[in-house]
Amino acid sequence: MATPMLTTPVTRRQMLKTFVFAGGALLSGCARSDYIDGKLVLTQWYHQYGEKGTFQAVHRYAREYTRVNPHIIVKVVWIPGDYGTKLATALLTPDGPDVFESTLTQAMVEAGQTAPLNDLFTSQDLADFNPRDIALNSVNGKIYGVKMIDDLGLLYYRKSMLQSAGMQPPATLDELMTLAAKLTTPQRKGLFLGNDGGITAMLNVLPWSAGADFLVNSQIVFNTPRTVLAYQKLQQLNQGGSLLMGAASDWWDPSAFTSGQAAMQWCGMWAYPAIARAVGSDLGAVIWPPLDAQGVPVTFLGGWTAMVNANRPHVEEAKKFLQWQWIQNRAIQTDWCVGYGFHVPPRLSLARTTPKLQQPVPAYAVNMLGKYGKATPPLWNAAMGSDLTNAVTNIVKLGQPAAQQVAAAADMCNRELQRELE
Amino acid sequence: MNAPATATAQRKTQAMHKNLQAGICFWSFLMPALAGLVLFMAIPMVWGFLLSLSHAQNTIHPGHFIGARNYTDLLTDPEFLNSLWTILVFTLFIVPATFAFSLWLALAVHSIPKGKAFFRTVFFIPTAVSYAAASLIARMSFFSGTASGFANHLVGLFGMQPVQWIGTASPPWYWLVLVSVRLWLQVGFYMIIFLAALQEIPRSLYEAAALDGATGGWTVLRFITLPQLRNASVSILLLNLIAAFQAFDEFYNILGGSGSSGGNIGLARPPLVYIYNVALSSQDFGRGAAGGFIITALIVLFTLVQGRLLGFGSKEGR
Repeated sequence: MATPMLTTPVTRRQMLKTFVFAGGALLSGCARSDYIDGKLVLTQWYHQYGEKGTFQAVHRYAREYTRVNPHIIVKVVWIPGDYGTKLATALLTPDGPDVFESTLTQAMVEAGQTAPLNDLFTSQDLADFNPRDIALNSVNGKIYGVKMIDDLGLLYYRKSMLQSAGMQPPATLDELMTLAAKLTTPQRKGLFLGNDGGITAMLNVLPWSAGADFLVNSQIVFNTPRTVLAYQKLQQLNQGGSLLMGAASDWWDPSAFTSGQAAMQWCGMWAYPAIARAVGSDLGAVIWPPLDAQGVPVTFLGGWTAMVNANRPHVEEAKKFLQWQWIQNRAIQTDWCVGYGFHVPPRLSLARTTPKLQQPVPAYAVNMLGKYGKATPPLWNAAMGSDLTNAVTNIVKLGQPAAQQVAAAADMCNRELQRELE
Repeated sequence: MNAPATATAQRKTQAMHKNLQAGICFWSFLMPALAGLVLFMAIPMVWGFLLSLSHAQNTIHPGHFIGARNYTDLLTDPEFLNSLWTILVFTLFIVPATFAFSLWLALAVHSIPKGKAFFRTVFFIPTAVSYAAASLIARMSFFSGTASGFANHLVGLFGMQPVQWIGTASPPWYWLVLVSVRLWLQVGFYMIIFLAALQEIPRSLYEAAALDGATGGWTVLRFITLPQLRNASVSILLLNLIAAFQAFDEFYNILGGSGSSGGNIGLARPPLVYIYNVALSSQDFGRGAAGGFIITALIVLFTLVQGRLLGFGSKEGR
């Protein structure tokens, strides 16, 4: 080895050895080891939750699992930014997370990315979980995800402002539009629905409030006059000059409302603790009002779902961990649902009995979610969402004819659906 | 009898051995670069092309071949065609604007007698800022739609109402935001190239021109400076054109808002954002790959046309 290279010609065998060694080192550097000190390492991914204490909490849960299962270490990966894209990309590789949170789509199941989890539920568990959460995470009768939290949207307002405007909480969309206009001043806008004028936040909610729906029994059903009317109203709202746009954060963050930039805001129940701290007893909230006399009040049933990556070597261990955390461990489920932001526990018994959810606004929200919460099924995918968003942008921002745009979007969505069902 | 034959044979083996050694050396020097090229360019290109012919939903494995359907799907999607139109309009504006602005800056910096290095640095510094950071500053603080945003503060000094800079189509102020971010970030870089080229122009040309009676800055600029900057100009235009076609960051970060499928991005969605959404949000890698090939074809086409018009690659002078 120490001999000068130039005088000794390199033999082919030596060269080959060097290449094999270097290549091996390179490859082993890329691969992830499954074990540390003889303990199995499971990787768990979360998107970045905004509330203080969430980051510490998920690490605490992971340590707790190692305490009861000393042969397993759970490595938490906390991902800021565009979580969906990073997760989707990681799931294509053999080195993806073992357990992750996401929203189930049928395409994920068909691509074999998620492991079926039916055997993790006892019949009591199954009876105690919100049946709609089970249905939304099932494809062809198999359950692929365990709901960790249920979310819903609320329209937050200040009671005192409504009083001084001489108005009641809105009972129809027209009342809401009048109210938003009345509460608008040169320094403040009446309503905040997100920086895109509510295109994203209202995409599903407004047609739902008109009584329309999107994908039912594997059929695209949104091409109706009610959907068209809903988006026309959104355009009116955008042109009325009472919507806040260009705020520093988007609709899912309460700061536009708490800082007083907007008099009312559509936001999630997750932000309730922060809003209640800032506004106090002046705070009021309702779900989205019906579009008109034929409409219905509505809110979205959202949230996050824990799943197991089917393409990792230790699926059974990952399933056991997920079962421990999101099915069996009521303490963790409660802590995660009301310890930081507020969410509704998918376990009905917890949703009924959690003390923090007995305050007026959360209690109202839990009740309304059960009655009026709506969601799109796993067959509805991002491509359809993006086709519809494009149409609504054309209607709301560019003033193009709503009926024509909705029909065109339905055609595009049907094309996506055919691809999906092929 | 036998001796000369053995010697020849020996010489032959020696020569062969030498050849072999030279061959090994040649290949061991070439291999890393070649392997890199194959691994990171050739394989992905072939793989991507196969993907573009496949139905690849939530997978990056080609195999379920569907012919050219990804291409026809894209070319019949009005949003994809819109995105091509968007980038064309953007390119036709941003390329000449960057060119004129950076040339003007270079001439200005070049002509000042003192403090050249200072101004050169000042104008070049924005190049070091990332597009994402600059976009967020523009969106959240400079062009924020609230009354407290910086631009709205200026507008307020003139007694006008706060303007929604991002998110309204009429008037389309968002173009002002997009264009100003890109100009701020890239003008300094092209200015440096122009400055370098300006320093290469021999003084004697200007002296000769002065003797011949070429007076006035404009004449000198038109007949001496600009022709001398021809090579720099051609490369700046080409680099700029390719960069404009690949625009992504400021559109995604300024219009994208909370997510790339947010409603504002529909106002001006460049093709790369479209492809990103199709491939990474919708997980349709087949259509994403097809989109990539369409954009590549367009960039090659425009570069060739521009090169032909400007005489790129031809010898100096016409």
